[in-house]
Amino acid sequence: MAPDAAAEDEDKWLAEGVAGIQHNAFYMHRSLDSNNLKEALKFSAQMLSELRTSRLSPHKYYELYMRAFDELRKLELFFREETSRGNCSVVDLYELVQHAGNVLPRLYLLCTVGSVYIKSKEAPAKDLLKDLVEMCRGVQHPLRGLFLRSYLSQISRDKLPDIGSEYEGDADTVNDAVEFVLQNFIEMNKLWVRMQHQGPFREKEKREKERNELRDLVGKNLHVLSQIEGVDLDMYKESVLPRVLEQVVNCKDELAQFYLMDCIIQVFPDEYHLQTLETLLSACPQLQLHHQKSSCSDEGLLSQPQHPGEAVAVAVSCSNTVEGEGAQHLCRREKRRQGSRGEQEEERRRRGRQQLLCSRGILEKQLRPTVDIKTVLSQLMDRLSNYAASSTEVLPEFLQVEAFAKLNSAIGKVIEAQVDMPSVGAITLFVSLLTFALRVHPDRLDYVDQVLGACVKKLSGKAKLEDSKATKQIVALLSAPLEKYNSVVTALELPNYAQVMDHLDSGTNKVMAMVIIQSIMKNTTCISTADKVEALFELIKGLIRDIDGAQDDELDEEDFKEEQNSVARLIHILHNDDPDEMLKIICAVQKHILLGGPKRLPFTVPPLVFSALKLVRRLQGQDGDVGGEEVPATPKKIFQILHQTIEALSSVPSPELALRLYLQCAEAANDCDVEPVAYEFFTQAFVLYEEEVTDSKAQVTAIHLIIGTLQRMNIFGVENRDTLTHKTTGYSAKLLKKPDQCRAVYACSHLFWIDDQDGTKDGERVLLCLKRALRIANAAQQMANATKGSSGSVALFIEILNKYLYFFEKGNPQITSSVIQGLIELITTEMQSENATSEPSADAFFARTLRYIEFQQQKGGSVAEKYEAIKVS
Amino acid sequence: MVLVLALGDLHIPHRAPDLPAKFKSMLVPGKIQHIICTGNLCIKEVHDYLKSLCPDLHVTRGEYDEDARYPENKTLTIGQFKLGICHGHQVIPWGDLDSLAMLQRQLDVDILVTGHTHQFKAYKHEGGVVINPGSATGAYSSITYDVNPSFVLMDIDGLRVVVYVYELIDGEVKVDKIDFKKNATTHVSH
Repeated sequence: MAPDAAAEDEDKWLAEGVAGIQHNAFYMHRSLDSNNLKEALKFSAQMLSELRTSRLSPHKYYELYMRAFDELRKLELFFREETSRGNCSVVDLYELVQHAGNVLPRLYLLCTVGSVYIKSKEAPAKDLLKDLVEMCRGVQHPLRGLFLRSYLSQISRDKLPDIGSEYEGDADTVNDAVEFVLQNFIEMNKLWVRMQHQGPFREKEKREKERNELRDLVGKNLHVLSQIEGVDLDMYKESVLPRVLEQVVNCKDELAQFYLMDCIIQVFPDEYHLQTLETLLSACPQLQLHHQKSSCSDEGLLSQPQHPGEAVAVAVSCSNTVEGEGAQHLCRREKRRQGSRGEQEEERRRRGRQQLLCSRGILEKQLRPTVDIKTVLSQLMDRLSNYAASSTEVLPEFLQVEAFAKLNSAIGKVIEAQVDMPSVGAITLFVSLLTFALRVHPDRLDYVDQVLGACVKKLSGKAKLEDSKATKQIVALLSAPLEKYNSVVTALELPNYAQVMDHLDSGTNKVMAMVIIQSIMKNTTCISTADKVEALFELIKGLIRDIDGAQDDELDEEDFKEEQNSVARLIHILHNDDPDEMLKIICAVQKHILLGGPKRLPFTVPPLVFSALKLVRRLQGQDGDVGGEEVPATPKKIFQILHQTIEALSSVPSPELALRLYLQCAEAANDCDVEPVAYEFFTQAFVLYEEEVTDSKAQVTAIHLIIGTLQRMNIFGVENRDTLTHKTTGYSAKLLKKPDQCRAVYACSHLFWIDDQDGTKDGERVLLCLKRALRIANAAQQMANATKGSSGSVALFIEILNKYLYFFEKGNPQITSSVIQGLIELITTEMQSENATSEPSADAFFARTLRYIEFQQQKGGSVAEKYEAIKVS
Repeated sequence: MVLVLALGDLHIPHRAPDLPAKFKSMLVPGKIQHIICTGNLCIKEVHDYLKSLCPDLHVTRGEYDEDARYPENKTLTIGQFKLGICHGHQVIPWGDLDSLAMLQRQLDVDILVTGHTHQFKAYKHEGGVVINPGSATGAYSSITYDVNPSFVLMDIDGLRVVVYVYELIDGEVKVDKIDFKKNATTHVSH
């Protein structure tokens, strides 16, 4: 039958039922108005007969039931008024309604009168309830029975002999109240579970869906139980929970089990769960076993093939008829599983073929329950976590009942029992457990590590995770401790942390490493020992070096830069005030970064070098204090490390960066007063300059850095100094472009005249440099003349003039006012010559230089005297 | 009134992980009209950060800058003032005022901003100002010991410029002010 037609039919049947109810209700009301009890009962029974239908789906049946329910409320009101007026006794009434011919109407009426009876208190509530709940056994049709008992539950809710209730009896009637609800619950659950076996197999899926819609009728009983005042912790622990769980476990129905477990967790207070954790958790593995068994019987249609291969064939052919795309996916999954069977062979053999075949069933997908064991446990842990977070006062309870140990072992058992649980499921459980541990036992890092350890165990033997959901969960698992403690140091103390990270694919691994670094930077966590540094670098090793097999081909350049810059920033955070420990840290960092390969070194070497130079400077200040003692951390030792490190960088090759770092080291060695070391660093810089720095622009910058650094060095003896200055002036004069040559050469003049130093005031060599610069400037101009037909810039001459003025002022006897006068005239002539090109910037420069001379002349004192002889106009 | 942020020698990530948090919280987008940076940022991330504070960014090249396109020096005119920027490693002896004065004459500027020494300096010289904003991260320097992070904010108004120096000393931001009037007498107030 087409679905539309079926729905139409159902609507028709429902309409007929509703009409029947309305019709009989009309006569029932007329009888009530005329106080004709007998007639009223007859019509009400006829009205309730409409509920005997088997043709409606639960949804439609519910509509019908609600119509009847409304009418029953009116009837109840009538009964109450009649009995209170004394027109008839409730006892008689209770007898009377039992004369109804059909069992279903009879029981509805009995419940309705029962409600009035209890309210009248003419008999103890507990006896009546017991009677009613027993009588209801008379209806064994699942759907009808469920609604009848739901009605019973509804009318009895406010009449339970609970503590403090007006229906409370003499002795301990709470037990009776609980007993009543429990019994109704158990019976309802049985009916509900039995529902699945009604009707043809092919409609099973539809039936399960319908059954799922009815679940709240059953669950409501648990809610009622939780509302009973008299159910205190003891009673819950001693009778309620064991009874409920017994029913849950024994019903052997997956849908019911997980729904009811979820219900238990939702309706009862957190405190109860905590105190009954063991009982509650002990039910979980039992569910699991049933889960497998029941899914096995569910899949009877697979006819239990003998070989795994056949199972696949059947699964595929079968699923092809059921679903299109899903089946294809499944097929692929099956094939993949077969491929990886080798590794899992042993595990599988242990579990036995029977289970193997069941667990891979194709119906699993279609029948997936809305709640499963994983969700149940996660819910439980989340609730307990929140409970723990609600108040610190409850924490001792958690410790007392050893909640963590119990949850941990329960999860372990579940995962062990369910070998085929996908990684993502297991990891989700670990995330919940970890959240619980962090909330409840923030001081117990060992718990955190235990969870991670369990996760490692679950993932062991498997290659990198490929499931993106599982990967996400792992990232959540690893991020949780970082967020909780705001400190990576904590993670470093967890031996299993790095192992869990190892299971991530290299991309995610790097992302996680970045998360770790960002956490450190955000919280300015100080990593202060070499051991911690070692542990940290182990965690972020994905960023530090190429992990075997990882291909860099698809590497994103931007990402790589960002990652390496993060590592560079991180190196500055690794710090200890104690020089010895700091040296150990530096050694540890060096060891790791030197494994980074040519692409990483240019990023990681500079921060290490400067970190080491900072340590050198600290030791430089403390040299006096340590005396003759043997100290592990000495500048000399650090210079060796620096030398080694920069050498590695220069062989990358990254000569320009290495040259700069050598010069930095040379200056540090100068400050530490170790001439040979400083000389060695200079030598290395020069070697790089000569052999590796080939770009002319790079040479210009390098030569200025060399001159600038050398100018500041004060420990070199005459011989070393001569060698270095000689080389430097030589390099300067050999730069490619004449203007660059000229500028470098006049800069070299400063190597021979150092203001605050007695030794170096070689006026003659200063003049030699300046004269050489002039010659080059001249040559530059001639070249310009020859190639462009116009004279080149006079700017170089003005620059040199300024240098003359500089040394003139400093008192260099070789620089006389007449030499300066000559230069001024030369420039003036050049600027006025016929083929001079107009050059505003040079004009301004010259004008300002002349203005400067005038300014000095007007200053008065010895400076003015010096300048007096120079004529500017 | 125009606000100009001058800073340099951040050396991120070679010598420092980041700008001090206190500076970062002070430097907010939308308040500054121009940024002049003497160089050594050293990476694009830092360039982008500065750009986010103010799109009008002028950078000269430090010896560690990865971006080779920055010029060696640069001049720009703001209000009545002509400003010159240069990193300063090209000016030998490093940090020498007389040599910087030569550059000031060469560029023909009223305000010369250079870096390299990592030491905050502001001189009035030959009717102009020579400023070194120091290192914004307090980066290690072979030239200057115990570098405090510092930067400079210039408030240019007509012929007057007020130079505010922000220095981070033991976790506290200290502000100094130097007043300068073009073609007029200058005085220092602390």
